[in-house]
Amino acid sequence: MRTREKHPKFLSKLRSISKGKLSGDSVFKIFVTLIACNVFIVLGLMFFQIIQNSWLSIQTYGVGFLVGKIWQPFPPNSSSLPSFGALPLIWGTLVTSAIALALGVPVSLGISLALSEFAPKRFSYVISFFVELLAAIPSVIYGLWGIFVLIPFLQVNVYPYLQASLGFLPIFQGTIRGPSVLTGGIVLAIMIIPTVSAISRDVFAAVPNSQREAIMALGATRWEKAKTVMSYGRSGVIGAIMLGLGRAMGETMAITMVIGNSFNMFSSFLEPGSTLASIIANEFTEASSPPVYISALMEVGLILLALAIVVNGIARLIIWRSTRKVREVGLI
Amino acid sequence: MNHKIEIENLNAWFGSKQVLRDITMKIKENMVTAIIGPSGCGKTTLIRCLNRMHELTPGAKVTGRVLLGGGDIYGEGVDPVTVRRKIGMVFQKPNPFPMMSIYDNTVAGLKLNGVSDKHRLDETVEKSLKAAHLWDEVKADLEKSGASLSGGQQQRLCIARALAIEPEVILMDEPTSALDPTAASKIEQLIRVLAQDYTVIIVTHNMQQAARVSDCTALLYLGKLVEYGSTKDIFENPKSELTEKYITGEFG
Amino acid sequence: MISLTYLALIAALIPLVSILAETILRGLSAMSFSFFIEEIPPLGEPGGGIGPAIQGTLIVVALASSIGVPIGVFSGIYLAEFGQARMASVARFLNDVLTNVPSIVLGIFGWTLVVVAIGWSIIAGAIALAIMMIPIVTRTTEEAIRLVPATMREAAIALGVPKWKTTLTVVLSSAKKGIATGILLSVARISGETAPLLLTILGSRFWFSGFTQPTAALPVAVFNFSQSPFRLVDWPRAWGASLILILIILAINIIVRYATREKYGATNI
Repeated sequence: MRTREKHPKFLSKLRSISKGKLSGDSVFKIFVTLIACNVFIVLGLMFFQIIQNSWLSIQTYGVGFLVGKIWQPFPPNSSSLPSFGALPLIWGTLVTSAIALALGVPVSLGISLALSEFAPKRFSYVISFFVELLAAIPSVIYGLWGIFVLIPFLQVNVYPYLQASLGFLPIFQGTIRGPSVLTGGIVLAIMIIPTVSAISRDVFAAVPNSQREAIMALGATRWEKAKTVMSYGRSGVIGAIMLGLGRAMGETMAITMVIGNSFNMFSSFLEPGSTLASIIANEFTEASSPPVYISALMEVGLILLALAIVVNGIARLIIWRSTRKVREVGLI
Repeated sequence: MNHKIEIENLNAWFGSKQVLRDITMKIKENMVTAIIGPSGCGKTTLIRCLNRMHELTPGAKVTGRVLLGGGDIYGEGVDPVTVRRKIGMVFQKPNPFPMMSIYDNTVAGLKLNGVSDKHRLDETVEKSLKAAHLWDEVKADLEKSGASLSGGQQQRLCIARALAIEPEVILMDEPTSALDPTAASKIEQLIRVLAQDYTVIIVTHNMQQAARVSDCTALLYLGKLVEYGSTKDIFENPKSELTEKYITGEFG
Repeated sequence: MISLTYLALIAALIPLVSILAETILRGLSAMSFSFFIEEIPPLGEPGGGIGPAIQGTLIVVALASSIGVPIGVFSGIYLAEFGQARMASVARFLNDVLTNVPSIVLGIFGWTLVVVAIGWSIIAGAIALAIMMIPIVTRTTEEAIRLVPATMREAAIALGVPKWKTTLTVVLSSAKKGIATGILLSVARISGETAPLLLTILGSRFWFSGFTQPTAALPVAVFNFSQSPFRLVDWPRAWGASLILILIILAINIIVRYATREKYGATNI
C-alpha cells in the first residue's frame, strides 16, 4: 500500500509502540515534540477564540467598524443600537507610534553609532548596560512617571514654547493639556529606544571590518566611516525601526496612563486621544453588557493583534534578509 | 593470534558522497594497529564506523559487517549503545567534561549509566587513572575540575575515562595531534602499555608515530584499503607502489 | 556630528535617571514596615499597606513559572535537538510570533480561556503570564543548548550513554547557566506586566483567598492607585508599590548580569 511505502519509519515506530519495545530515545523525542507543540495550540486557540468572540461585532458592524468614528456602548435613546467604530483608535495608535519613531529612532541610532563606532569598549559595556535597564522598567512605571513627572514638566517647560514657536501648525494648536497624544508619543519614544538601539548595534556590528578599513584607507573621517556603516546596514536598521514600531503599537499601560483616554479623531497632538490598546485596558473589565460591547472590544483586540503580527513579521523578514546579505557578501 | 575485530566489505557514505570503499581487514587482538593515510582518505570515518558513531551524522550510511567477538555490531536488533560500551574512543582534542571533577570525569561512563556504589567507583577511579598513567599527578586533589589540567593530562584523563567502562577495544583518533611533543610522547608510551590488556586502533597522520607505536599498520587512500600488514613490513618492505610513495612523502 | 551621538546617549539616560530617582524618592516616603504587611485599604482611606499586592505578585509569578518554565525548557530542548525538522522550523517561527503578541491581547486570551469559565482568578493570570513566558524561555534554552560543543556530546555518546540521557545530563548541565539566565530574565519580565493581569486577576484589596479568586498584584496596584482621585493618600502608595516592584526587577537583572559577566582568565574546553 502506498501509505506503507511512503512512511516506513513512522509505521515501524507505531509497531514498536504497540509491541511495547520503545527505546529511551523514542520516548524522549515524542515527549519533547509534544511539549513543543504548545506553540501551535496556544496561537491557534488564541486566534480562534478572539475571532469567535469578535464575530458578533464583525457581523453587526462589518467593514464600517474600521472606519466608524463613534463609540457608544450605551446610546442615549435606549431603542437604538450601540455604535462602535475603531477609526479614532487606529488613528491614535498610528499617530502615537509615528511620534515615537520620529523622536526615538534618531536617538537610538545616535546611541548605537556612539557605542559601536566611537566609544571605547569598556565605556560601551557600561552604557549599554544602562540602556538595557530602560528595557527592564515595567510599562506601568513608565506610565506613573509619565503622569506625575513628565506631564507637569512638559506642561510648564515645553508645550507652551512649542505652541509659541510652532503653533501655526495645526498639530500643535489647541488648549495645552498634560495628558495628550504628544505625551504618549514621547513616552513611547523612550520605551522603544532599547529595542531599536540594540538591534541597530547588532546590525552595525555585523558590518565586516573590511568595509571600515577600506573607507579609512581612503582618508575618511570617523563620521564618514560611520555613515558608511549605516548605509551598509541600512536594511537592517529599517528592520530595527519596524520592530520598534511593532513594540510601540502593542504598548498598553504607559500609553493608557498618559494619553488622556478621550475617544476623538484628534487633529492636534496636544489633544487627548485613545489607542487600540488603551481602550481595551480602560473598558474591558466594565463591559459586561450589551454582548456586542465586549465583542467590539474583542474586535479591537483582533485588529491590534493582526497589526502587531504583520508589522513584526515584516520587520523580522527585513532584518533576516539584511544580515543574510552581510553574511553572503561581506565575508571573505 | 586471535582477531578481535573482523571488518567485512565495509562501505560508508556521507549523504551521496562515498567515503569508504569495500574495506575488509582483521584487527589482531592485544596489538596496536595504526591507520594512516593522507587527509580525507577516510581513516577517521573508518574508526567511527567501528563504534557506530558514524551513523550519528545526519545523512550518514553504512553497509557491510563488523564482527566483534563473532557478532556483527551492525546486526539486526543490536543496540549501538551496547556496542559503544565495548569499544571505547579517545578524541583528537581532549574533551573532559569541564563541569565535572577529575573523579567524576573518570567514572562518568559508569555514573551516567546508573552505577552509584561509592566503593566500586572509588576503586575504578584509582584503577583507571593508574592505567592511564595519571594517578600520581592528580591523586592529591580529585575534586578539581577536569578542565583545570594541562592538555596532556586532559588527554590521559579522557583515556582513563574510556578505560573505566572496561571496553575490549580502544579507538584513538589522532590522540596526540593537539598536544606538545613531551605530552605526546607520554601518551605514546601509554599506548604501548595499554596494548597488553586491550586492543588498540589508532588513527594518525604522523607516520613516525605509527612506526614508533604500532604493531600493524593499514594505509588508506581515497576510501580504499591500499595495504595492511605488520608495521615493519609496511615501512621497510611495502608491497604496493602507492604505499611506498606515501611512506617516502611523495604525497599526503 | 560625533558629539551629537553622545548627546543621544544623554537624551536616553536622562529619563532613566529621572524614573529611578523619582521612584526611589517618592517611593521611600511611602515606606514603612506596615506598608509591607498590612492589607490594602479602600481608595482614599489612609493607613494600611500593600501586603496583598506583594503576596499576589509572588504567587502569580511562581504559579506562572511552574507552568512556563518546564514547557519552555523542554520546547527549547526540542528545538535544539531536533531543530532541522520542518516542524521545528515552523515551531521556531511561531514562537517568535508569540513574542510579538501585545500583552493586552494575552490578557484577552486569558480572559476568554479561563475567566469566562471560572471567573476572575489567579489561575487565569498565571496562564496569561505563562504564555508570555514560554516563548522567551524556549528561545533562550535553545540558544544555551546550541552553545554546548559537539565534542562534549560525542564524549558521552562514545562512553555508551544513550542520546536522550546525554541530553538530559551532560548537555543540560553544561547549558544550565544560560538556561537559568533565560528563566530569571523572563521572571523579571512577567513580574512587571500589568495588562495580562488587568483582564484576568481583576485586582483585590485582600490577602490570597484561593487560586480561583481574584487577587492583588503589584503592577495592578500601581495602576489602580495612580487612577485614584485621592492624591494625598493613594498616589504615594503607587510610588511605594513601584519602588518595591522596580527593586525586585532590577535585583534580578543585576544578579543575572553579574553572574554572566566574562570571567577574567576563564579557561574553556
